[in-house]
Amino acid sequence: MMQKYTDLELQVKSVNYRKSLLKYIKMANTGHTGGSLSCTDILNVLYNDVLNVSPEKFSDKNRDRYIQSKGHSVESLYVVLADQGFFPESDLETICKFQSKYVGHPTRKVNGIEFNTGALGHGLSISAGIALAAKKDNVDYKVYTLLGDGELAEGSNWEAAMMAAHYKLDNLVAILDHNTLQISGRNRDVCSPYPIDEKFEAFGWSVISVDGNSIPELREVFKKIPSEHEKPTLIIANTVKGKGVSFMEDVAKWHHGVPSDEQYALAMNELDHQYEKLISM
Amino acid sequence: MTLQTLNIGKANLEIFSATLMELAEKDRNILAVTSDSRGSGKLVPFGVKFPDQLVEVGIAEQNLVGVAAGLASAGKKVFAVSPACFLTTRSLEQIKNDVAYSNQPVTLVGISAGVSYGALGSTHHSLHDVAVLRAINNIRIVIPADNFETREAILAASESNKPIYLKFGKKAMPNLPRTQEKFEIGKASTICEGDDIAFIACGETVAPAYEAARILEGRGIGAEVISMHTINPLDKEAIIRIATKCKAVITVEEHCVNGGLGEACASLLMQEKLFIPFKIVGFPDEETITGSQTEIFNYYGISGEGLCQSALKLLDM
Repeated sequence: MMQKYTDLELQVKSVNYRKSLLKYIKMANTGHTGGSLSCTDILNVLYNDVLNVSPEKFSDKNRDRYIQSKGHSVESLYVVLADQGFFPESDLETICKFQSKYVGHPTRKVNGIEFNTGALGHGLSISAGIALAAKKDNVDYKVYTLLGDGELAEGSNWEAAMMAAHYKLDNLVAILDHNTLQISGRNRDVCSPYPIDEKFEAFGWSVISVDGNSIPELREVFKKIPSEHEKPTLIIANTVKGKGVSFMEDVAKWHHGVPSDEQYALAMNELDHQYEKLISM
Repeated sequence: MTLQTLNIGKANLEIFSATLMELAEKDRNILAVTSDSRGSGKLVPFGVKFPDQLVEVGIAEQNLVGVAAGLASAGKKVFAVSPACFLTTRSLEQIKNDVAYSNQPVTLVGISAGVSYGALGSTHHSLHDVAVLRAINNIRIVIPADNFETREAILAASESNKPIYLKFGKKAMPNLPRTQEKFEIGKASTICEGDDIAFIACGETVAPAYEAARILEGRGIGAEVISMHTINPLDKEAIIRIATKCKAVITVEEHCVNGGLGEACASLLMQEKLFIPFKIVGFPDEETITGSQTEIFNYYGISGEGLCQSALKLLDM
Protein backbone atom coordinates (compact mmCIF):
# COMPACT_ATOMS: atom_id res chain seq x y z
CA MET A 1 0.00 0.00 0.00
CA MET A 2 1.25 3.47 -0.87
CA GLN A 3 2.07 5.43 2.22
CA LYS A 4 0.76 8.95 2.44
CA TYR A 5 3.92 10.26 4.05
CA THR A 6 7.59 9.38 3.97
CA ASP A 7 9.37 8.68 7.24
CA LEU A 8 11.09 12.02 6.89
CA GLU A 9 7.82 13.86 6.45
CA LEU A 10 6.47 12.25 9.60
CA GLN A 11 9.65 13.10 11.47
CA VAL A 12 9.15 16.71 10.46
CA LYS A 13 5.56 16.50 11.66
CA SER A 14 6.73 15.24 15.05
CA VAL A 15 8.98 18.26 15.48
CA ASN A 16 6.11 20.54 14.54
CA TYR A 17 3.75 18.75 16.93
CA ARG A 18 6.25 19.16 19.75
CA LYS A 19 6.63 22.86 19.00
CA SER A 20 2.87 23.32 18.92
CA LEU A 21 2.14 21.46 22.12
CA LEU A 22 4.80 23.44 23.96
CA LYS A 23 3.36 26.65 22.56
CA TYR A 24 -0.13 25.84 23.83
CA ILE A 25 1.11 24.56 27.19
CA LYS A 26 3.00 27.83 27.57
CA MET A 27 -0.09 29.78 26.55
CA ALA A 28 -2.36 27.82 28.92
CA ASN A 29 0.26 28.05 31.67
CA THR A 30 -0.47 24.43 32.53
CA GLY A 31 0.01 21.03 30.95
CA HIS A 32 1.47 17.55 31.07
CA THR A 33 4.61 18.37 29.17
CA GLY A 34 6.88 15.35 29.60
CA GLY A 35 4.31 12.68 28.75
CA SER A 36 2.95 14.63 25.80
CA LEU A 37 6.45 14.86 24.36
CA SER A 38 7.13 11.17 24.94
CA CYS A 39 4.02 9.94 23.08
CA THR A 40 4.11 12.43 20.19
CA ASP A 41 5.68 10.01 17.71
CA ILE A 42 3.18 7.29 18.63
CA LEU A 43 0.22 9.60 18.00
CA ASN A 44 1.86 10.87 14.83
CA VAL A 45 2.18 7.38 13.36
CA LEU A 46 -1.28 6.32 14.55
CA TYR A 47 -3.14 9.25 13.01
CA ASN A 48 -1.02 9.69 9.90
CA ASP A 49 -0.29 6.08 9.05
CA VAL A 50 -2.49 3.60 10.91
CA LEU A 51 -6.00 4.69 11.89
CA ASN A 52 -8.68 4.88 9.21
CA VAL A 53 -10.17 7.95 10.88
CA SER A 54 -10.62 11.46 9.57
CA PRO A 55 -13.10 14.24 10.30
CA GLU A 56 -15.27 12.93 7.44
CA LYS A 57 -15.16 9.34 8.68
CA PHE A 58 -15.55 10.02 12.38
CA SER A 59 -19.16 8.86 12.48
CA ASP A 60 -18.40 5.74 10.41
CA LYS A 61 -19.25 2.68 12.47
CA ASN A 62 -16.29 0.82 11.00
CA ARG A 63 -13.69 3.42 11.87
CA ASP A 64 -10.73 2.37 13.96
CA ARG A 65 -10.96 3.63 17.52
CA TYR A 66 -8.29 5.40 19.53
CA ILE A 67 -8.83 5.69 23.27
CA GLN A 68 -6.22 7.68 25.16
CA SER A 69 -6.13 6.00 28.52
CA LYS A 70 -3.24 8.19 29.71
CA GLY A 71 -5.55 11.14 29.26
CA HIS A 72 -3.21 13.65 30.86
CA SER A 73 -1.09 13.76 27.71
CA VAL A 74 -3.98 15.47 25.97
CA GLU A 75 -1.93 18.35 24.56
CA SER A 76 -0.20 15.93 22.23
CA LEU A 77 -3.56 14.53 21.10
CA TYR A 78 -4.98 18.01 20.56
CA VAL A 79 -2.20 19.12 18.21
CA VAL A 80 -2.39 15.89 16.21
CA LEU A 81 -6.20 16.12 15.90
CA ALA A 82 -5.91 19.77 14.81
CA ASP A 83 -3.39 18.72 12.16
CA GLN A 84 -5.86 16.08 10.95
CA GLY A 85 -8.45 18.81 10.46
CA PHE A 86 -10.80 17.91 13.32
CA PHE A 87 -10.78 21.56 14.45
CA PRO A 88 -8.78 24.72 13.73
CA GLU A 89 -5.45 24.74 15.53
CA SER A 90 -6.20 28.25 16.78
CA ASP A 91 -8.87 26.69 19.05
CA LEU A 92 -5.99 25.43 21.16
CA GLU A 93 -5.25 28.95 22.30
CA THR A 94 -8.15 28.37 24.69
CA ILE A 95 -6.77 25.22 26.37
CA CYS A 96 -7.77 25.24 30.05
CA LYS A 97 -9.28 28.71 29.76
CA PHE A 98 -12.65 29.46 31.38
CA GLN A 99 -15.44 27.57 29.57
CA SER A 100 -13.12 26.18 26.90
CA LYS A 101 -14.00 22.66 25.75
CA TYR A 102 -10.28 22.01 25.41
CA VAL A 103 -9.83 20.93 29.03
CA GLY A 104 -6.81 19.25 30.54
CA HIS A 105 -7.99 15.73 29.72
CA PRO A 106 -9.79 14.31 26.67
CA THR A 107 -13.53 14.88 26.38
CA ARG A 108 -16.01 14.00 23.65
CA LYS A 109 -16.94 17.65 23.36
CA VAL A 110 -13.82 17.94 21.23
CA ASN A 111 -14.29 16.67 17.70
CA GLY A 112 -12.22 13.53 17.13
CA ILE A 113 -12.21 12.29 20.72
CA GLU A 114 -14.01 9.02 21.41
CA PHE A 115 -14.22 8.90 25.20
CA ASN A 116 -13.81 11.07 28.25
CA THR A 117 -10.66 9.82 29.91
CA GLY A 118 -8.12 11.06 32.40
CA ALA A 119 -8.75 8.94 35.47
CA LEU A 120 -6.17 6.21 35.01
CA GLY A 121 -6.95 2.56 34.45
CA HIS A 122 -10.09 3.07 32.37
CA GLY A 123 -9.01 2.96 28.73
CA LEU A 124 -8.19 -0.72 28.47
CA SER A 125 -11.63 -1.85 29.69
CA ILE A 126 -13.41 0.59 27.39
CA SER A 127 -11.25 -0.51 24.47
CA ALA A 128 -11.85 -4.18 25.24
CA GLY A 129 -15.59 -3.47 25.19
CA ILE A 130 -15.37 -1.78 21.79
CA ALA A 131 -13.16 -4.56 20.42
CA LEU A 132 -15.66 -7.15 21.66
CA ALA A 133 -18.48 -5.28 19.92
CA ALA A 134 -16.48 -5.44 16.66
CA LYS A 135 -16.09 -9.20 17.08
CA LYS A 136 -19.81 -9.60 17.73
CA ASP A 137 -20.66 -7.52 14.65
CA ASN A 138 -18.04 -9.34 12.61
CA VAL A 139 -16.44 -6.10 11.45
CA ASP A 140 -12.72 -5.60 11.17
CA TYR A 141 -11.90 -2.25 12.72
CA LYS A 142 -9.21 -2.19 15.35
CA VAL A 143 -9.13 -0.51 18.73
CA TYR A 144 -5.95 1.21 19.90
CA THR A 145 -5.38 2.50 23.38
CA LEU A 146 -2.42 4.37 24.84
CA LEU A 147 -1.44 3.44 28.38
CA GLY A 148 1.07 5.07 30.66
CA ASP A 149 3.60 2.92 32.45
CA GLY A 150 2.77 4.41 35.85
CA GLU A 151 -0.85 3.67 35.02
CA LEU A 152 -0.20 -0.07 35.06
CA ALA A 153 -0.47 0.02 38.85
CA GLU A 154 -4.23 0.48 38.47
CA GLY A 155 -5.74 -2.95 39.08
CA SER A 156 -8.51 -2.43 36.55
CA ASN A 157 -5.91 -2.80 33.77
CA TRP A 158 -5.31 -6.36 34.83
CA GLU A 159 -9.02 -7.15 34.98
CA ALA A 160 -9.26 -5.91 31.40
CA ALA A 161 -6.08 -7.70 30.31
CA MET A 162 -7.44 -11.01 31.57
CA MET A 163 -10.80 -10.51 29.89
CA ALA A 164 -9.34 -9.32 26.56
CA ALA A 165 -7.28 -12.51 26.27
CA HIS A 166 -10.27 -14.64 27.31
CA TYR A 167 -12.30 -13.19 24.44
CA LYS A 168 -9.34 -13.53 22.02
CA LEU A 169 -9.52 -9.83 21.12
CA ASP A 170 -6.80 -9.75 18.46
CA ASN A 171 -8.34 -6.50 17.20
CA LEU A 172 -7.24 -4.79 20.41
CA VAL A 173 -3.88 -3.04 20.55
CA ALA A 174 -2.56 -1.46 23.72
CA ILE A 175 0.44 0.78 23.32
CA LEU A 176 2.48 1.39 26.43
CA ASP A 177 4.20 4.77 26.51
CA HIS A 178 7.13 3.31 28.38
CA ASN A 179 9.06 6.41 29.35
CA THR A 180 9.93 4.77 32.72
CA LEU A 181 8.96 7.85 34.74
CA GLN A 182 5.87 8.80 36.67
CA ILE A 183 5.21 11.87 38.76
CA SER A 184 7.15 10.66 41.81
CA GLY A 185 10.12 9.20 39.97
CA ARG A 186 11.16 5.98 38.24
CA ASN A 187 8.42 3.38 37.92
CA ARG A 188 10.79 0.77 39.32
CA ASP A 189 11.31 2.84 42.47
CA VAL A 190 7.72 4.00 42.99
CA CYS A 191 6.13 0.55 42.77
CA SER A 192 7.73 -1.63 40.16
CA PRO A 193 5.52 -2.82 37.31
CA TYR A 194 8.29 -5.08 35.96
CA PRO A 195 8.55 -7.41 34.18
CA ILE A 196 5.81 -5.87 32.05
CA ASP A 197 6.32 -8.12 29.01
CA GLU A 198 6.22 -11.34 30.99
CA LYS A 199 3.16 -10.21 32.93
CA PHE A 200 1.17 -9.46 29.79
CA GLU A 201 2.40 -12.66 28.12
CA ALA A 202 1.27 -14.60 31.16
CA PHE A 203 -2.12 -12.92 30.80
CA GLY A 204 -2.33 -14.26 27.25
CA TRP A 205 -1.18 -11.25 25.25
CA SER A 206 1.24 -10.97 22.39
CA VAL A 207 3.94 -8.49 23.35
CA ILE A 208 6.26 -6.54 21.03
CA SER A 209 8.86 -3.96 22.04
CA VAL A 210 9.78 -1.03 19.87
CA ASP A 211 11.61 2.28 20.02
CA GLY A 212 8.58 4.46 20.62
CA ASN A 213 10.32 7.60 19.42
CA SER A 214 11.39 6.05 16.11
CA ILE A 215 8.98 6.75 13.26
CA PRO A 216 10.25 3.91 11.01
CA GLU A 217 10.16 1.36 13.83
CA LEU A 218 6.65 2.38 14.91
CA ARG A 219 5.40 2.20 11.32
CA GLU A 220 6.80 -1.30 10.95
CA VAL A 221 5.36 -2.60 14.17
CA PHE A 222 1.83 -1.41 13.44
CA LYS A 223 1.90 -3.32 10.16
CA LYS A 224 2.26 -6.54 12.12
CA ILE A 225 -1.07 -6.32 14.01
CA PRO A 226 -2.38 -8.70 15.16
CA SER A 227 1.00 -9.90 16.15
CA GLU A 228 -0.43 -13.33 16.99
CA HIS A 229 -3.73 -14.84 15.89
CA GLU A 230 -6.47 -14.60 18.54
CA LYS A 231 -4.34 -12.64 20.98
CA PRO A 232 -4.55 -8.97 21.95
CA THR A 233 -1.32 -7.10 21.30
CA LEU A 234 0.73 -4.99 23.69
CA ILE A 235 3.29 -2.74 22.04
CA ILE A 236 5.83 -1.66 24.61
CA ALA A 237 6.95 1.62 23.09
CA ASN A 238 10.21 2.57 24.76
CA THR A 239 10.15 6.33 24.86
CA VAL A 240 11.90 9.21 26.55
CA LYS A 241 9.84 11.48 28.75
CA GLY A 242 10.25 15.05 27.55
CA LYS A 243 11.59 13.80 24.19
CA GLY A 244 12.96 16.50 21.92
CA VAL A 245 13.88 19.08 24.52
CA SER A 246 17.25 18.26 26.08
CA PHE A 247 16.63 19.72 29.53
CA MET A 248 13.21 18.05 29.81
CA GLU A 249 14.36 14.63 28.66
CA ASP A 250 14.14 11.86 31.26
CA VAL A 251 13.37 14.27 34.10
CA ALA A 252 10.35 13.35 36.28
CA LYS A 253 9.59 16.91 37.31
CA TRP A 254 8.57 17.70 33.72
CA HIS A 255 5.60 15.31 34.16
CA HIS A 256 3.72 18.53 34.33
CA GLY A 257 5.40 21.83 34.17
CA VAL A 258 5.38 25.04 32.19
CA PRO A 259 8.67 26.33 30.82
CA SER A 260 9.78 29.81 31.83
CA ASP A 261 10.18 32.34 29.01
CA GLU A 262 13.86 31.52 28.85
CA GLN A 263 13.30 27.77 28.89
CA TYR A 264 10.59 28.11 26.27
CA ALA A 265 12.92 30.02 23.94
CA LEU A 266 15.61 27.41 24.49
CA ALA A 267 13.18 24.55 23.79
CA MET A 268 11.89 26.16 20.61
CA ASN A 269 15.41 26.83 19.47
CA GLU A 270 16.34 23.16 19.92
CA LEU A 271 13.24 22.04 18.02
CA ASP A 272 13.96 24.54 15.24
CA HIS A 273 17.43 23.04 14.88
CA GLN A 274 15.90 19.55 14.66
CA TYR A 275 13.55 20.81 11.98
CA GLU A 276 16.34 22.41 9.95
CA LYS A 277 18.44 19.28 10.24
CA LEU A 278 15.57 17.15 8.95
CA ILE A 279 14.66 19.32 6.00
CA SER A 280 18.28 19.53 4.92
CA MET A 281 18.40 15.72 4.67
CA MET B 1 -62.87 -0.37 53.17
CA THR B 2 -61.69 0.54 49.72
CA LEU B 3 -58.03 -0.41 49.89
CA GLN B 4 -57.67 -4.08 49.05
CA THR B 5 -55.16 -6.57 50.29
CA LEU B 6 -52.45 -7.23 47.74
CA ASN B 7 -51.73 -10.42 45.91
CA ILE B 8 -48.17 -11.53 45.66
CA GLY B 9 -46.47 -11.41 42.30
CA LYS B 10 -42.96 -12.52 41.40
CA ALA B 11 -39.60 -11.15 42.42
CA ASN B 12 -38.77 -8.05 40.39
CA LEU B 13 -35.53 -9.83 39.52
CA GLU B 14 -37.48 -12.55 37.73
CA ILE B 15 -39.45 -9.95 35.80
CA PHE B 16 -36.17 -8.32 34.82
CA SER B 17 -34.71 -11.53 33.41
CA ALA B 18 -37.92 -12.48 31.61
CA THR B 19 -38.23 -9.03 30.06
CA LEU B 20 -34.59 -9.06 28.99
CA MET B 21 -35.11 -12.43 27.29
CA GLU B 22 -38.03 -10.98 25.42
CA LEU B 23 -35.97 -7.99 24.29
CA ALA B 24 -32.96 -10.11 23.33
CA GLU B 25 -35.13 -12.31 21.13
CA LYS B 26 -36.11 -9.28 19.05
CA ASP B 27 -32.80 -7.42 19.05
CA ARG B 28 -29.39 -9.07 18.88
CA ASN B 29 -27.77 -5.83 20.05
CA ILE B 30 -29.25 -6.37 23.52
CA LEU B 31 -26.41 -7.61 25.73
CA ALA B 32 -26.29 -8.66 29.35
CA VAL B 33 -22.83 -8.14 30.87
CA THR B 34 -22.26 -10.03 34.10
CA SER B 35 -19.55 -10.32 36.72
CA ASP B 36 -20.04 -13.98 37.61
CA SER B 37 -23.54 -12.81 38.52
CA ARG B 38 -25.66 -14.63 35.94
CA GLY B 39 -26.99 -16.98 38.63
CA SER B 40 -27.90 -14.28 41.13
CA GLY B 41 -29.24 -12.20 38.22
CA LYS B 42 -31.51 -15.09 37.11
CA LEU B 43 -29.77 -14.92 33.75
CA VAL B 44 -28.77 -18.57 33.36
CA PRO B 45 -31.62 -19.27 30.87
CA PHE B 46 -30.68 -16.05 29.04
CA GLY B 47 -27.12 -17.29 28.66
CA VAL B 48 -28.29 -20.69 27.42
CA LYS B 49 -30.70 -19.25 24.89
CA PHE B 50 -28.58 -16.27 23.76
CA PRO B 51 -24.96 -17.26 24.41
CA ASP B 52 -23.68 -14.53 22.07
CA GLN B 53 -25.62 -11.89 23.97
CA LEU B 54 -24.25 -12.67 27.40
CA VAL B 55 -20.82 -11.24 28.13
CA GLU B 56 -19.18 -12.68 31.21
CA VAL B 57 -16.22 -10.71 32.58
CA GLY B 58 -15.68 -12.63 35.79
CA ILE B 59 -15.61 -11.12 39.24
CA ALA B 60 -14.29 -7.76 38.06
CA GLU B 61 -16.82 -4.98 38.51
CA GLN B 62 -14.58 -2.15 37.37
CA ASN B 63 -13.96 -3.95 34.11
CA LEU B 64 -17.66 -4.82 33.90
CA VAL B 65 -18.64 -1.17 33.72
CA GLY B 66 -15.75 -0.09 31.48
CA VAL B 67 -16.46 -2.90 29.02
CA ALA B 68 -20.17 -2.06 29.14
CA ALA B 69 -19.38 1.56 28.23
CA GLY B 70 -17.17 0.43 25.34
CA LEU B 71 -19.84 -1.93 24.02
CA ALA B 72 -22.49 0.79 24.29
CA SER B 73 -20.32 3.26 22.38
CA ALA B 74 -20.16 0.74 19.54
CA GLY B 75 -23.94 0.50 19.29
CA LYS B 76 -24.83 -2.25 21.75
CA LYS B 77 -27.74 -1.94 24.17
CA VAL B 78 -26.03 -2.96 27.33
CA PHE B 79 -27.43 -4.11 30.66
CA ALA B 80 -24.54 -4.39 33.13
CA VAL B 81 -25.76 -6.68 35.86
CA SER B 82 -24.11 -7.08 39.24
CA PRO B 83 -25.14 -7.00 42.90
CA ALA B 84 -25.95 -3.38 43.72
CA CYS B 85 -23.49 -3.34 46.62
CA PHE B 86 -20.50 -4.03 44.35
CA LEU B 87 -21.73 -2.32 41.21
CA THR B 88 -22.13 1.10 42.76
CA THR B 89 -19.07 1.03 44.99
CA ARG B 90 -16.29 -0.99 43.37
CA SER B 91 -16.99 0.51 39.96
CA LEU B 92 -18.10 3.97 41.00
CA GLU B 93 -15.34 5.73 39.07
CA GLN B 94 -16.21 3.78 35.92
CA ILE B 95 -19.87 4.75 36.40
CA LYS B 96 -18.90 8.39 36.87
CA ASN B 97 -16.44 8.67 33.97
CA ASP B 98 -17.02 5.92 31.43
CA VAL B 99 -20.82 5.88 31.61
CA ALA B 100 -22.19 9.16 32.99
CA TYR B 101 -19.54 11.70 31.96
CA SER B 102 -18.94 9.97 28.63
CA ASN B 103 -22.73 9.76 28.17
CA GLN B 104 -22.90 6.10 27.18
CA PRO B 105 -26.36 4.52 27.18
CA VAL B 106 -25.55 1.74 29.65
CA THR B 107 -28.25 0.40 31.95
CA LEU B 108 -26.60 -0.48 35.23
CA VAL B 109 -28.71 -3.11 36.94
CA GLY B 110 -28.11 -3.38 40.67
CA ILE B 111 -29.50 -6.74 41.73
CA SER B 112 -30.22 -7.94 45.27
CA ALA B 113 -30.29 -4.28 46.25
CA GLY B 114 -30.74 -2.66 49.64
CA VAL B 115 -30.82 -5.33 52.32
CA SER B 116 -31.93 -8.19 50.04
CA TYR B 117 -28.80 -9.96 51.26
CA GLY B 118 -29.77 -8.92 54.77
CA ALA B 119 -28.24 -11.78 56.72
CA LEU B 120 -24.96 -11.63 54.80
CA GLY B 121 -23.91 -8.44 56.51
CA SER B 122 -22.97 -4.93 55.47
CA THR B 123 -20.49 -5.96 52.77
CA HIS B 124 -23.52 -7.10 50.79
CA HIS B 125 -25.91 -4.25 51.63
CA SER B 126 -26.35 -1.30 49.29
CA LEU B 127 -27.77 1.52 51.36
CA HIS B 128 -25.51 4.14 49.85
CA ASP B 129 -26.11 3.81 46.12
CA VAL B 130 -28.75 6.51 45.70
CA ALA B 131 -26.68 9.01 47.67
CA VAL B 132 -23.53 8.48 45.62
CA LEU B 133 -25.29 8.37 42.27
CA ARG B 134 -27.42 11.44 43.03
CA ALA B 135 -24.17 13.36 43.28
CA ILE B 136 -23.12 12.30 39.78
CA ASN B 137 -24.35 14.25 36.79
CA ASN B 138 -26.16 12.50 33.94
CA ILE B 139 -27.44 9.29 35.45
CA ARG B 140 -31.06 8.47 36.03
CA ILE B 141 -31.91 6.46 39.12
CA VAL B 142 -34.93 4.18 38.86
CA ILE B 143 -36.17 1.92 41.65
CA PRO B 144 -39.28 0.01 40.55
CA ALA B 145 -41.75 -1.01 43.23
CA ASP B 146 -43.45 -4.02 41.73
CA ASN B 147 -43.52 -6.32 38.72
CA PHE B 148 -45.37 -3.79 36.55
CA GLU B 149 -42.90 -0.99 37.20
CA THR B 150 -39.95 -3.34 36.76
CA ARG B 151 -41.06 -4.48 33.34
CA GLU B 152 -41.87 -0.95 32.25
CA ALA B 153 -38.54 0.34 33.55
CA ILE B 154 -36.60 -2.33 31.62
CA LEU B 155 -38.53 -1.55 28.43
CA ALA B 156 -37.92 2.19 28.90
CA ALA B 157 -34.21 1.58 29.56
CA SER B 158 -33.86 -0.50 26.40
CA GLU B 159 -35.10 2.44 24.36
CA SER B 160 -33.11 5.07 26.20
CA ASN B 161 -29.97 6.73 24.94
CA LYS B 162 -28.93 7.87 28.41
CA PRO B 163 -27.23 6.22 31.37
CA ILE B 164 -29.62 4.62 33.86
CA TYR B 165 -29.20 2.89 37.20
CA LEU B 166 -31.95 0.41 38.03
CA LYS B 167 -32.16 -1.58 41.22
CA PHE B 168 -34.40 -4.15 42.80
CA GLY B 169 -34.42 -6.99 45.26
CA LYS B 170 -35.00 -10.69 45.01
CA LYS B 171 -38.09 -11.18 47.15
CA ALA B 172 -41.52 -11.75 45.57
CA MET B 173 -43.33 -8.42 45.50
CA PRO B 174 -47.03 -7.67 45.80
CA ASN B 175 -48.77 -6.30 42.73
CA LEU B 176 -49.73 -2.76 43.61
CA PRO B 177 -52.80 -0.90 42.47
CA ARG B 178 -52.27 2.48 40.82
CA THR B 179 -54.58 5.24 39.73
CA GLN B 180 -53.19 5.06 36.20
CA GLU B 181 -51.67 2.02 34.49
CA LYS B 182 -48.91 4.15 33.09
CA PHE B 183 -45.18 4.31 33.68
CA GLU B 184 -42.84 7.06 32.68
CA ILE B 185 -39.32 7.59 33.96
CA GLY B 186 -39.34 10.80 35.98
CA LYS B 187 -43.09 10.74 36.68
CA ALA B 188 -44.24 9.36 40.02
CA SER B 189 -47.10 6.85 40.20
CA THR B 190 -50.00 7.31 42.57
CA ILE B 191 -50.81 4.03 44.30
CA CYS B 192 -53.73 5.30 46.36
CA GLU B 193 -55.13 8.69 47.25
CA GLY B 194 -55.74 10.39 50.58
CA ASP B 195 -55.62 13.88 52.08
CA ASP B 196 -54.31 13.45 55.61
CA ILE B 197 -50.86 12.07 55.17
CA ALA B 198 -48.68 11.13 52.22
CA PHE B 199 -46.14 8.34 51.97
CA ILE B 200 -43.58 9.02 49.28
CA ALA B 201 -41.85 5.68 48.93
CA CYS B 202 -39.68 3.89 46.41
CA GLY B 203 -38.85 0.34 45.44
CA GLU B 204 -39.67 -2.40 47.87
CA THR B 205 -40.84 0.02 50.54
CA VAL B 206 -43.92 1.05 48.56
CA ALA B 207 -45.76 -2.14 49.55
CA PRO B 208 -45.35 -1.54 53.32
CA ALA B 209 -46.41 2.08 52.78
CA TYR B 210 -49.54 0.78 51.11
CA GLU B 211 -50.12 -1.57 54.05
CA ALA B 212 -49.83 1.41 56.38
CA ALA B 213 -52.39 3.28 54.27
CA ARG B 214 -54.78 0.33 54.68
CA ILE B 215 -54.36 0.33 58.44
CA LEU B 216 -54.80 4.11 58.61
CA GLU B 217 -57.90 3.92 56.46
CA GLY B 218 -59.43 1.65 59.10
CA ARG B 219 -58.84 4.44 61.60
CA GLY B 220 -60.46 7.02 59.37
CA ILE B 221 -57.19 8.58 58.21
CA GLY B 222 -56.69 9.08 54.49
CA ALA B 223 -53.19 8.29 53.26
CA GLU B 224 -51.81 8.93 49.82
CA VAL B 225 -49.12 6.54 48.64
CA ILE B 226 -46.76 7.54 45.89
CA SER B 227 -44.28 5.27 44.17
CA MET B 228 -41.41 7.65 43.51
CA HIS B 229 -39.74 5.10 41.24
CA THR B 230 -37.46 7.70 39.72
CA ILE B 231 -35.18 9.45 42.19
CA ASN B 232 -33.30 11.32 39.52
CA PRO B 233 -34.83 13.30 37.90
CA LEU B 234 -37.21 13.74 40.80
CA ASP B 235 -40.88 14.39 40.01
CA LYS B 236 -40.94 17.77 41.73
CA GLU B 237 -44.46 18.57 40.63
CA ALA B 238 -45.83 15.45 42.28
CA ILE B 239 -44.05 16.20 45.55
CA ILE B 240 -45.24 19.79 45.61
CA ARG B 241 -48.80 18.68 44.79
CA ILE B 242 -48.83 16.14 47.60
CA ALA B 243 -47.24 18.44 50.15
CA THR B 244 -49.82 21.08 49.31
CA LYS B 245 -52.68 18.64 49.59
CA CYS B 246 -51.72 16.58 52.65
CA LYS B 247 -51.09 17.62 56.25
CA ALA B 248 -47.83 15.71 56.57
CA VAL B 249 -45.34 13.77 54.45
CA ILE B 250 -43.36 10.64 55.26
CA THR B 251 -40.70 9.40 52.88
CA VAL B 252 -39.77 5.72 52.92
CA GLU B 253 -36.72 4.11 51.38
CA GLU B 254 -34.51 1.05 51.60
CA HIS B 255 -31.49 3.30 51.89
CA CYS B 256 -29.52 5.26 54.42
CA VAL B 257 -31.43 8.36 55.56
CA ASN B 258 -28.44 10.40 54.41
CA GLY B 259 -28.56 11.45 50.80
CA GLY B 260 -31.50 9.42 49.57
CA LEU B 261 -35.10 10.02 48.56
CA GLY B 262 -36.01 11.60 51.88
CA GLU B 263 -33.33 14.24 51.76
CA ALA B 264 -34.14 14.95 48.12
CA CYS B 265 -37.78 15.59 49.08
CA ALA B 266 -36.82 17.62 52.16
CA SER B 267 -34.55 19.83 50.11
CA LEU B 268 -37.27 20.47 47.57
CA LEU B 269 -39.94 21.21 50.19
CA MET B 270 -37.71 23.64 52.08
CA GLN B 271 -36.77 25.50 48.94
CA GLU B 272 -40.42 25.65 47.90
CA LYS B 273 -41.28 27.05 51.37
CA LEU B 274 -43.58 24.10 52.05
CA PHE B 275 -42.94 23.76 55.78
CA ILE B 276 -45.13 20.82 56.76
CA PRO B 277 -44.59 17.99 59.25
CA PHE B 278 -42.07 15.71 57.58
CA LYS B 279 -40.27 12.49 58.43
CA ILE B 280 -37.66 10.41 56.66
CA VAL B 281 -37.96 6.67 57.27
CA GLY B 282 -34.93 4.71 56.17
CA PHE B 283 -31.77 3.27 57.63
CA PRO B 284 -30.05 5.35 60.29
CA ASP B 285 -26.34 6.05 60.20
CA GLU B 286 -25.37 3.04 62.28
CA GLU B 287 -24.07 -0.46 61.65
CA THR B 288 -27.09 -2.09 60.08
CA ILE B 289 -28.72 -4.91 61.96
CA THR B 290 -28.73 -8.25 60.14
CA GLY B 291 -31.50 -10.70 59.36
CA SER B 292 -33.95 -11.24 56.53
CA GLN B 293 -35.03 -8.20 54.51
CA THR B 294 -38.45 -8.36 56.22
CA GLU B 295 -36.94 -8.62 59.70
CA ILE B 296 -34.69 -5.68 59.02
CA PHE B 297 -37.57 -3.63 57.57
CA ASN B 298 -39.67 -4.36 60.65
CA TYR B 299 -36.82 -3.36 62.95
CA TYR B 300 -36.44 0.03 61.27
CA GLY B 301 -40.17 0.67 61.07
CA ILE B 302 -40.52 -0.02 57.35
CA SER B 303 -43.69 -2.07 57.79
CA GLY B 304 -47.42 -1.43 57.68
CA GLU B 305 -47.59 -1.11 61.46
CA GLY B 306 -44.32 0.79 61.81
CA LEU B 307 -45.23 3.37 59.18
CA CYS B 308 -48.73 3.67 60.64
CA GLN B 309 -47.16 4.57 64.01
CA SER B 310 -44.86 7.10 62.32
CA ALA B 311 -47.88 8.66 60.64
CA LEU B 312 -49.91 8.92 63.85
CA LYS B 313 -46.98 10.48 65.65
CA LEU B 314 -46.35 12.98 62.89
CA LEU B 315 -50.04 13.93 62.86
CA ASP B 316 -49.98 14.26 66.71
CA MET B 317 -52.61 11.58 67.03
